Amino acid sequence: MASLRFTDQTLLPIHEKVLKGQRLGAEEGLALFKSKDLLGVGFLANIVRERLHGRRAYYIYNQHLNYSNICVNGCKFCAFGRKAGEDGAYQMTLEEIFAKIEARLHEPITEIHIVGGCHPDLPFSFYLEMLKGIKALRPEVHLQAFTAVEIAHLAELNGTSVPDTLKALRDAGLGSLPGGGAEVFSPRVRQDLCPQKLSPEGWLSVAQTAHRLGMNTNATMLYGHMESLEERVDHLLQLRAAQDETGGFLSFIPLAFHPQNTALDHLQGPSAFDDLKTLAVSRLLLDNFPHIKAFWVMLGPKMAQLSLCFGVDDVDGTVMEERITHMAGAQTPQGLTRSQLRALIQEAGCEPVERDTLYREVAEAAA
Amino acid sequence: MGNTTSLAAKLAEGTRLSLKEAQGLWDLDLLTLGQEADLARRRLNPENRVTYVVDRNINYTNICTSGCRFCAYFREPGSPEGFVLNEIELAQKLDELKAHGGSGVLLQGGLNPDLSFTYYVDLVRQIKDSGLGVHGFSPSEIAFMSRRFELPLTDVLARLIEAGLSSIPGGGAEILADRVRGQISPRKCNSGEWLEVMAAAHEMGLKTSATMMFGHLETRAERVEHLFKIRDLQDRTGGFISFIPWTFQPGGTVLGGEPLGAVEYLRILAVSRLVLDNVPHLQVSWVTQGPKIAQVALKFGADDFGSTMLEENVVAATGVGFRLSREEIETLVRRAGYEPRVRDHRYNLL
Repeated sequence: MASLRFTDQTLLPIHEKVLKGQRLGAEEGLALFKSKDLLGVGFLANIVRERLHGRRAYYIYNQHLNYSNICVNGCKFCAFGRKAGEDGAYQMTLEEIFAKIEARLHEPITEIHIVGGCHPDLPFSFYLEMLKGIKALRPEVHLQAFTAVEIAHLAELNGTSVPDTLKALRDAGLGSLPGGGAEVFSPRVRQDLCPQKLSPEGWLSVAQTAHRLGMNTNATMLYGHMESLEERVDHLLQLRAAQDETGGFLSFIPLAFHPQNTALDHLQGPSAFDDLKTLAVSRLLLDNFPHIKAFWVMLGPKMAQLSLCFGVDDVDGTVMEERITHMAGAQTPQGLTRSQLRALIQEAGCEPVERDTLYREVAEAAA
Repeated sequence: MGNTTSLAAKLAEGTRLSLKEAQGLWDLDLLTLGQEADLARRRLNPENRVTYVVDRNINYTNICTSGCRFCAYFREPGSPEGFVLNEIELAQKLDELKAHGGSGVLLQGGLNPDLSFTYYVDLVRQIKDSGLGVHGFSPSEIAFMSRRFELPLTDVLARLIEAGLSSIPGGGAEILADRVRGQISPRKCNSGEWLEVMAAAHEMGLKTSATMMFGHLETRAERVEHLFKIRDLQDRTGGFISFIPWTFQPGGTVLGGEPLGAVEYLRILAVSRLVLDNVPHLQVSWVTQGPKIAQVALKFGADDFGSTMLEENVVAATGVGFRLSREEIETLVRRAGYEPRVRDHRYNLL
């Protein structure tokens, strides 16, 4: 059976272009988002996924560290951030952070993923010592730390330029930047939801600065709140244009909005159709991004597994302690074991590949 | 290639699949398979609607001699945790359901040797007299009553129908292959008896559903065998109104193991839609799959969202605790692009 029978005829010319490897434009992106042929859209994304990765599906053995939730930004979609002194605000000391790293030294962790709020007064030395201290405990580990928003905040607090800030952090052990904080680039949405947050230009500039320094970064899009489909397409195309220039993005991770415990808890969050379509359209529009990741903590293991048939090639990691999404009411488990992740991938008809942060295969994992 | 081409032609024409072709469905990629099932769903149920029933589950007893290895709900006779529902408790449950605007009760329980036949008849009558429909007693319960009270199946059914039984749920089918049943539920009715009860019920004018619980010891061939047994009986009687496949939930069971994931669930759902060309409706199992996969399942051949349940005890005993309100079901259906419609247990629109 050569091909799925499309039920939406507007997908046929897009299918032709996908088969030829031609770049899709904004109108085609919008047509894909609006299509009622969910499986047809997924099928197109899977063509690209298989061309790039065959049946390989990646996961990582990682540890999440959310060192503090104290944040000056107060974004409406966030259930994690707290003002200093507010109920539920926390800030780990360096000793507490190192204890968390030490507690898992016996595990084959290849990446520590570090994200926090924009803390108003922690000194820059705290961040440098955090990175150095973790590296001292685990010299081989890759530190993927601080979103572009945190980097810009640290640069401002410390009175140094973004390149100098990144260089100082790199010297202390920083390996790459996670993709958070991009939200949706639309000024209309940001004016309402996160007016104090780093601007889209600022976000892209930090990411591209990192790329020019030879560091990789990821990118995200928080979807399913008040943004329009046009605004999603625009977000994706801005990322694609930036990637054409600097080429340092490794993976794109659409983040499903979780309304619970946020100022937007009257909203429903995205449907399953929306989740799958967003992943698939991302794969199709972001032709210059190597990887599309379904973050299972947000989507749940079942949807993450299914997304492997909708253009996704990475389901993230073994994550043991994740706070940001769980504070927004995520019902997902705190961690999946390596064998659970591998089984989930195999059942979807894919070949599990344990990767490190830079998508190099971790050889001993298959045993 | 020749085989898949002819399979493609058969799918496009909507003609009946052979056993070999049914097994060949596993060679299709998931989305191509799902799309074919969705096209088959539109041939059988062309309306752009998804039905569901406002009902509640009532389990009248958890005492059961069957001892199935996949079950976390039952208690052995004599267990201090065993219970039998009495008339007053039943009345409370019926009142709750009526307050929710329900139309009927899904009534199921264990194979409890301490109950009299009058108990069952009175249960049905009390529900019927309250103005609610009775969708009750899976074939294993009917077969158990027949043996225990030494009555022919048709007599058991006739007396329950007279008391108000209006349809029969398709539970207890598990996998209709006796090799598997011998290992997971040796004391339960075998596949021939299960089908015999259904045939008798259909001949007496009852509509029934059929289920399949998969993801334990069965092979792919045995799943297909199950579907073909349902299809063959349906050719004779036409009494199956819906089919409900769901995945074994291992938590707290003797059998144990890991649950099957969403991809294989959706594959089985689609295969079911394509093989069971003579069964009108296909139901999603949100209680085992959760709301998101249940919503996606509407693109893999399903046209029915099941029921509100109000309470669910059997799957919940395995630690899987999905819950959906009527509003949540309607929202999931609408956001998938369908019109939600309330039905009764016989699939009449209300």
